[in-house]
Amino acid sequence: MTPVATPFFFYFLSAIALLSGLAVITQKNPVHSALALIMTLLSLAGLYLMLYAPFVAGVQIILYAGGIMVLFLFVIMLVSIEKSSREYQFNHQWHVAALATAVLGGLLIYVYVRGRGIFPNREAVLPETLNTQQVSLHLFNDYLLPFEIASLLLLVAIVGAVVMAKKRI
Amino acid sequence: MPGFHRGDYLLALPMMLLTLFALGVLLIDLLLDRSSKVINAWAAFAGLAFSAAAVHNIQRAFADQAARGEPSSPFFAFSGTLMVDRFAVFFFYLFLAAAAITILMSVRYLEVEDEHHGEYYALILFSVVGMMCMAAGNDLILLFIGLELMAVSTYILVGFLRRDRRSNEAALKYLLLGAFSSGIFAYGLSLLYGLAGSTNLQQISMALGNAMAPGKARVVPAVALVTTAAGLFFKIAAVPFHQWAPDAYEGAPTSITGFMSVAGKASAWALLLRIFLFALGPMRPLYVPILVFVAIATMTGGNLAALTQSNVKRLFAYSSIAHVGYIMLGLIAGTAFLPNPDGIRGILVYLLVYTFMNLGVFGVIASLRRRDIIGDELDDLNGLFFKAPTEAVLMLTFLLSLAGIPPLAGFYGKYFIFLALIESGHYALATLAVIYVAVSAYYYLRVANAMFMRTAGDRVPVTISPGMWAGLAITGAATVVIGIYPEPFLRMVNWSMHVAQNPTVAQLLR
Amino acid sequence: MTVPLSYYLVLSAILFSLGVLAFVVKRNIITVFMSIELMLNAVNLSFVSFAAHWHRLSGQIFVFFVMVVAAAEAAVGLAIIIAVFRTRETLNIDRVNLLKL
Repeated sequence: MTPVATPFFFYFLSAIALLSGLAVITQKNPVHSALALIMTLLSLAGLYLMLYAPFVAGVQIILYAGGIMVLFLFVIMLVSIEKSSREYQFNHQWHVAALATAVLGGLLIYVYVRGRGIFPNREAVLPETLNTQQVSLHLFNDYLLPFEIASLLLLVAIVGAVVMAKKRI
Repeated sequence: MPGFHRGDYLLALPMMLLTLFALGVLLIDLLLDRSSKVINAWAAFAGLAFSAAAVHNIQRAFADQAARGEPSSPFFAFSGTLMVDRFAVFFFYLFLAAAAITILMSVRYLEVEDEHHGEYYALILFSVVGMMCMAAGNDLILLFIGLELMAVSTYILVGFLRRDRRSNEAALKYLLLGAFSSGIFAYGLSLLYGLAGSTNLQQISMALGNAMAPGKARVVPAVALVTTAAGLFFKIAAVPFHQWAPDAYEGAPTSITGFMSVAGKASAWALLLRIFLFALGPMRPLYVPILVFVAIATMTGGNLAALTQSNVKRLFAYSSIAHVGYIMLGLIAGTAFLPNPDGIRGILVYLLVYTFMNLGVFGVIASLRRRDIIGDELDDLNGLFFKAPTEAVLMLTFLLSLAGIPPLAGFYGKYFIFLALIESGHYALATLAVIYVAVSAYYYLRVANAMFMRTAGDRVPVTISPGMWAGLAITGAATVVIGIYPEPFLRMVNWSMHVAQNPTVAQLLR
Repeated sequence: MTVPLSYYLVLSAILFSLGVLAFVVKRNIITVFMSIELMLNAVNLSFVSFAAHWHRLSGQIFVFFVMVVAAAEAAVGLAIIIAVFRTRETLNIDRVNLLKL
């Protein structure tokens, strides 16, 4: 099987992810921010495919782009966007915040550029066709207990959403 | 392919029982009418009791181990993701006790607030399940998901008074900052995974041992340490990551404020100890300076901010931040230069006594909530001695204990930590801590002054429900008894310290 | 020819910093929530690339749990937003100010 991980796709998808990530910050209207975030999520799904994780990529599209972002859009519609898009976009100390974040980002990038020796590049040979089976074997053998706890977490989220959003319980 | 055996389920039984009863509470709540919601509380209480019995069963297994003359070794379950050792058993009991006392103190408070629903008790039980995962997790995934289960349940409980703006806002701020810190924490975990290639704590510790060998570039481990630690400091509310605590404590229902400040804090400490001692052990030279800085900042920030508060819940929020600073001194003493187990023992003793005295304080504040009186301003405590003398005396006991006055329980918490500090040669830190303890006495006495020296602003009597009496009696008795006769409790802590037999921690604690 | 691992990690670091920046500067609560999703996605990217690097699936498993956490936080958070909006009709974080900051 020939590797699909050509540099072109990497740069293409990274550029989309970064530009739409920037758009999440700069857009005034929260609906536009949400749409930009969906673009980031989709391009990340493409990167997951290049990293031999097809099942993660599928779940990313179904759960994130399809589930969580729809929830976001739903709430934005529910709480009248006209009002919220007219309000101030940035708080007063945004210069300081931007500077601090730039320092953080620069530090992280520096770490990876310097630390390349720690993570030597290796050829990835995960058998892609078996990915889903192997993920499920791991999930239901090695990580059974966290899986069950995760189901509790989702139950708590359901209960919480009902408690907080319903007028009478 | 690994199969699952009876032992796996026996070790998870405390969590399974809690889950079962929480689901039961959610179901029977549908059948109850408004006047009989107290049955939910009883059901949740029964769940805690059964869970404690299951924990006792695990404790007996350790006793059998000792009787056979074998060295104490932890029990592993579910392919090594769950590791129940004596350390975990200690925390299991602590969480169950805190949750039980909270439930005793909640019933009347929720009735007054008119938000008495079964979901409240179910969420408390679910959050205890999350805490147990945090204390007994041996795998980053289980620790992370347990942390989130605890945190998400607590977000909802903080906002449980849905028609109260303060409660709403507190929940929102707490959730935003909590989710933000979880993101930072998860980033740190991803770097740890990247360094080790495994989510198992022992393997991460080994990989970090190699990465910290002399002559290697240490930047990636350092960034992993800083991000993970920042996430954890958020959860224990250490300065400079404490901004959420005063808001969340003030806006939350008072019973939940108590629960968060003891059980939530103890579970975050259990997680922090697991990660710092078990996974990040080899990075001690890097993290001790960070801990020293954060501990000094936390003691300073917490104590100085508490001096000027007029709201009692806010005051005790800052006081609990200051206590985090003292507890962190124990970790410094336990891990700096010469590793010594006394520091870690000090942390466990401190968390034990703090659970009772702080729950007692918030119990008294919760009982001041009456119809039309919110009761959380300092002025609302005015003249409490003349209205409810027993309560005022109990409150005074808790306050003196928090200030560390012998012969009350709080004294022993501070005693062991300061002793460990001096043993490990941190004279400057010990002096600073003693100065701050003296400062803290000022704001505790301010509260006492309001209760005993001022005249009451209102004539509404303070009535105390039987559940609240039971809760106050337990916390008050524990505060006094641990202070006067600490041996059994110290023996319990020493017993749980046999975690030191674990090979990775052995060299650290021996 | 393949892209080195550190390129993926740099991308993840930039996305993470963008998320942090958005969290700190944005005022609309819903956008602040989106910035947390951005941060968690950066975490996921670094997990998947480390999983590819180590040839082990546990990194991919972690991603599912991060997604569950993101979903739970989003559901509860958006419900709380609805509750807040019901009591005070604003989504600007500066006006949610009953408690001191």
